[in-house]
Amino acid sequence: MSTTSRITATALAAAVGVSGLAACGGSGGSGSAADAKTVRLVSHDSFFASKSVLAAFEKESGYKIKLLPGGDAGKAVNQAILSKGNPQGDVFFGIDNTLLSRGLKEDLFSPYEAKGLDSVPAALQLDKDEHRVTPLDYGDICVNYDRAYFTQHKIAPPKTFDDLIKPAYKNLLVTENSATSSPGLAFQLGTIAKYGASGWQGYWKKLKANGVEVVDGWEQAYNDRFSGSAGGKGKGDKPLVVSYASSPPAEVIGKKPAPKEAPTGVATGTCFRQIEFGGLLKGARNEKGGKALLDFLLSRKFQEDEPLQMFVNPARKDAKVPELFTKYGAKIDKPATLAPATITQNREQWIKQWSSLVLK
Amino acid sequence: MALPLAFFALFFAYPVVAIVGRGLKDGGQWRLGRIGEVVADPDVLHVLWFTVWQAAASTALTLLIALPGAYVFARFDFPGKQVLRAVVMVPFVLPTVVVGSAFLALVGRGGLLDDLWGVRLDTSVWAILLAHVFFNYAVVVRTVGGLWGQLDPRQEEAARVLGAGRFTAWRRVTLPALGPAVAAAALMVFLFTFTSFGVVQILGGPTFSTLEVEIYRQTADFLDLPTAAVLTMIQFAAVLGLLALHAWTVRRRESALRLVDAAQTARRPRGRGQWALLWGTLAVIAVLLVMPLAVLVERSFAAPGGYGPAFYDTLLSAGSADSTFAVAPLDALWNSLAYGAAATLIALVVGGLAAAALTLRTRSAETPAAGQLVRGFDALLMLPLGVSAVTVGFGFLITLDEPPLDLRSSWWLVPLAQALVGVPFVVRTMLPVLRAVDGRLREAAAVLGASPWRVWREVDLPIVRRAVLIAAGFAFAVSLGEFGATVFIARPDQPTLPVAVARLLGRAGELNYGQAMALSTILMVVCAGALLALERIRPTDHSGEF
Amino acid sequence: MTAQADTTAREMLRLGGVTVRFGTSEGQPALDAVDLDVAPHEIVCVLGPSGSGKSTLLRVVAGLQQADAGRVLLAGRDQSQVPTHRRGVGLMFQDHQLFPQRDVAGNVAFGLRMRGSSRAEQERTVAELLELVGLPGAQRRAVASLSGGEQQRVALARALAPRPRLLMLDEPLGQLDRGLRERLVVELRRLFRELGTTVLAVTHDQGEAFALADRVVVMQNGRIAQTGTPLEVWQRPATEFVARFLGFDNVVAATVQGEAAVTPWGKVPVPEGTADGPCRLLVRPAGVRLTPAPEGLPCTVTARTFRGTHVALLLQPTAGPRLEAACALRDAPETGERVGIAFASEDVVVLDAAPE
Repeated sequence: MSTTSRITATALAAAVGVSGLAACGGSGGSGSAADAKTVRLVSHDSFFASKSVLAAFEKESGYKIKLLPGGDAGKAVNQAILSKGNPQGDVFFGIDNTLLSRGLKEDLFSPYEAKGLDSVPAALQLDKDEHRVTPLDYGDICVNYDRAYFTQHKIAPPKTFDDLIKPAYKNLLVTENSATSSPGLAFQLGTIAKYGASGWQGYWKKLKANGVEVVDGWEQAYNDRFSGSAGGKGKGDKPLVVSYASSPPAEVIGKKPAPKEAPTGVATGTCFRQIEFGGLLKGARNEKGGKALLDFLLSRKFQEDEPLQMFVNPARKDAKVPELFTKYGAKIDKPATLAPATITQNREQWIKQWSSLVLK
Repeated sequence: MALPLAFFALFFAYPVVAIVGRGLKDGGQWRLGRIGEVVADPDVLHVLWFTVWQAAASTALTLLIALPGAYVFARFDFPGKQVLRAVVMVPFVLPTVVVGSAFLALVGRGGLLDDLWGVRLDTSVWAILLAHVFFNYAVVVRTVGGLWGQLDPRQEEAARVLGAGRFTAWRRVTLPALGPAVAAAALMVFLFTFTSFGVVQILGGPTFSTLEVEIYRQTADFLDLPTAAVLTMIQFAAVLGLLALHAWTVRRRESALRLVDAAQTARRPRGRGQWALLWGTLAVIAVLLVMPLAVLVERSFAAPGGYGPAFYDTLLSAGSADSTFAVAPLDALWNSLAYGAAATLIALVVGGLAAAALTLRTRSAETPAAGQLVRGFDALLMLPLGVSAVTVGFGFLITLDEPPLDLRSSWWLVPLAQALVGVPFVVRTMLPVLRAVDGRLREAAAVLGASPWRVWREVDLPIVRRAVLIAAGFAFAVSLGEFGATVFIARPDQPTLPVAVARLLGRAGELNYGQAMALSTILMVVCAGALLALERIRPTDHSGEF
Repeated sequence: MTAQADTTAREMLRLGGVTVRFGTSEGQPALDAVDLDVAPHEIVCVLGPSGSGKSTLLRVVAGLQQADAGRVLLAGRDQSQVPTHRRGVGLMFQDHQLFPQRDVAGNVAFGLRMRGSSRAEQERTVAELLELVGLPGAQRRAVASLSGGEQQRVALARALAPRPRLLMLDEPLGQLDRGLRERLVVELRRLFRELGTTVLAVTHDQGEAFALADRVVVMQNGRIAQTGTPLEVWQRPATEFVARFLGFDNVVAATVQGEAAVTPWGKVPVPEGTADGPCRLLVRPAGVRLTPAPEGLPCTVTARTFRGTHVALLLQPTAGPRLEAACALRDAPETGERVGIAFASEDVVVLDAAPE
């Protein structure tokens, strides 16, 4: 057979494949027998877990876990909203306090009180009356600093929002666009929490005057502009960046021998707390399995797995945090917070105001 | 024509119309007033203006830089040509996050230009334009070069004998013949840059915004579907206007061309001018295309303890790590290749049938109405390039959600989405060549007893085989590099290479960054290798099927 | 080959009232109610200037062009619903249209492959045909490397290979140089005789047509102006158009009265039995006889052209339009010389009223 006929043959085969696909497309996940044995977890693209931990759940409960994609945190929630009533999966993981009211307003979740909720601090339980969502982890968005830079220049690293507008830190900070980046927005929300709805714009004017640089995404800010990260090494010239409180421990991984302290530190007075929730999606095909999965997500086994998989803190008080976190991480005592309803209400307006203030 | 139409209706038109309709409809009522509000917004107008002009400027610059390259690849023979031809495709497959990062190393602070001349281009529109050239160089070189290589050089020689200077001969003879291919390439570059997303964000900084960025933000971040719908419609209108312009310029130019075997038209450069052209082109490729890539490779080896394969080692052992975060490179590679192969096949079948139908219909279309229909279909095929991935993705979500077409969690959703972007390439690459085939060759075959299907297989296919391979290369590369849609429709446990790269880059830590660079390097090598292999599939052209 | 032939059909090809219009329905049709029969084993040559519709005729027969009216019958069967590839005809294109991606053998064997012949048979036929057209052993050559004449031969072999019941040739020898053309015409005629092929050829070259054809069909503006054997057409052109197309320019208005016609050149004898009345009159150059200067119509020789076997003279008579005459070399006068002429009735042809 010549190449020509081979190409033709494969082309035909593909055509048949495509039309066949249309005929049997549904078989991927709609067989009811399979449904009862499978529990589907919709999450954002930062959901990770140890395979062994997931396998343990599958073994104990008898359900198979199927992970479904959702894009980044914002997109995942919006996808869930768009497919309301006919959800992609049974359980949703990863709606945070900045998006929570939107999800609740859209009535995405069925109430369910997961086992072990009593071990979660009350401060994290933002829906404690109805239990539509369950807090599963939290993390802080803070300014990170490059230790080497401040040692070398013999300046103390900043600690608070107020420090950042001091002349000593002129032209040192890079942050992210609130409109396109969730850490960027969290940082802005932190300033709003700190200076109030009337004061935050004044703060940002000063921050701008002090030479804050804005890039679109966390990746560029952290990898390309921040001097303390691996990617920014040699090229990045900003020793201050808006990132996560868990970034310093992450920088240590893979370093041999283990250093005494992380190459980067956290300005503990600049933090905004993000709490992530999970919930049982309304219209779930396997509600029973979903409940079991939620229980599992709040179990100590999964909670203790979270820090090293997702670089977040477990929601349960009694979950052990690994040494990497305790040794290299910072303790954030008084993070800034805002009520989810306030955030949802003002979100767009705040972002618009921020954009015209900072970007133009 | 039926299959491509059905494909587009089902996997493009339906989802997009549904998501736009959802935005403009409120409780069963059409809210068209929203259109007026959005259109009157000066910010939107500003964005629209910037989108159009940067796309036009990028297209012009790309043509200016890449046309000599197309000539060099079409007409000159030099060692390493095949490898280089594959290399210029590599930018195409790299995720913008990675490329943006590499490009910053070239034109950004402390970058090469900064070191040499103190020139910094990041956060300037020049960085955007140059990056667009970087991404689209291959589009021009391959689309135009493919046809150029098959143009009979004797036509130009004839003009020169008739007294035309070298340039005049090129302008009067070759350029008109290349017209459709140049127009097609320009159209694709324009569409690509018109809908540019990552490049504008990373290199332009937050002060630059295109329609695509706005649509993405309104849809993905704010879920402001009404605004997104209006913006999508504006984008649609702009793209349609552009396609109309393209159709209008191309229609009067297409004619049967004398095509010859490309292998016979290329020769070693002669004379100082030709050598200068060759070296100039190589220099452009080196600076603009290879340097940013080299930076990536360099970083993938810059391990903590000095240069070495440390990141690759950890990457290789990652597969056995006890985490769903870790991606075994071989798995990601396999996912990428499997998606890519499926997407390429779908794109080739759909695009090939569409191109064949378009050629036949154009020929037989005698009434103006039929001609219009054909052109309309032609334009329809290009639309996916001009529509935001997030629009299509969200459209999929709300339309392909009922059996028998609940594809939301199906493996096929990814190659289908990728093929949408691949099809325009297939059509654009094959159409000019197909249309250039002398109709009487087909008649000769018919008289000799070949049915229409055999005619296509025996006459058209051998002549367009080269174009098919080029088209397949594009479709495959597009699929390998597709990120915007793949990232939120691919199952988390089946990430592609770009998705895995982005995953690694999305987390702090030297190890992650190094692994991301290593994985990018693997992606580049795979892309170049796959394209090279594709170019090797060269039947012995003169043997027929004897 | 013609097994299914209708018993009443003696013709291989019959065209009945075939009309083709391009573009709008007004204006001159490309083919205007053409009737034409071609008998088995006959070689028919359609002769006409470019634009006379002769290529369209071939395309209609091949099914490449839809007729607006009329019927095409091959071996007695109506072809209107038969697509090109099932008509079993051969067509050799004017510019060959060899498949550039295939070598010589690939081109020649193409039709055989379409008919599903075995590979061995293909190879055998290809070798035979290449031998026949004078290109033995050329199987593996690339078509791009062939000269014009060689391409023509390959095109011919390709058209012959599937043994078409009707072979059509469009300007078969158009692009060849003169010597090759003349040699090939003879070869072709011998070949077609040997193979018993039915041939319908079109050409604008009368020499080619006369050398090749059993019967010549002259076309004018989509209509058939005259049909006949080469000799008939040559000797008795039916209309002024045919006469002029054949290169005869001695055509004048005349009025026949008995045995002579009154013309601007004076009285010209006409063949016996010619009807009286006004007509157009052709005097073939051979019928213009030189006489010593005082006798006959006085003329000045304005040009003389050596034509190999004879000398063509251009004469300006004292009255009437210029005349062409043919005479033997030794009798030829010099340019500027004054001569007298007389007309020989056997070379005088009374033409039909031309539809011009």
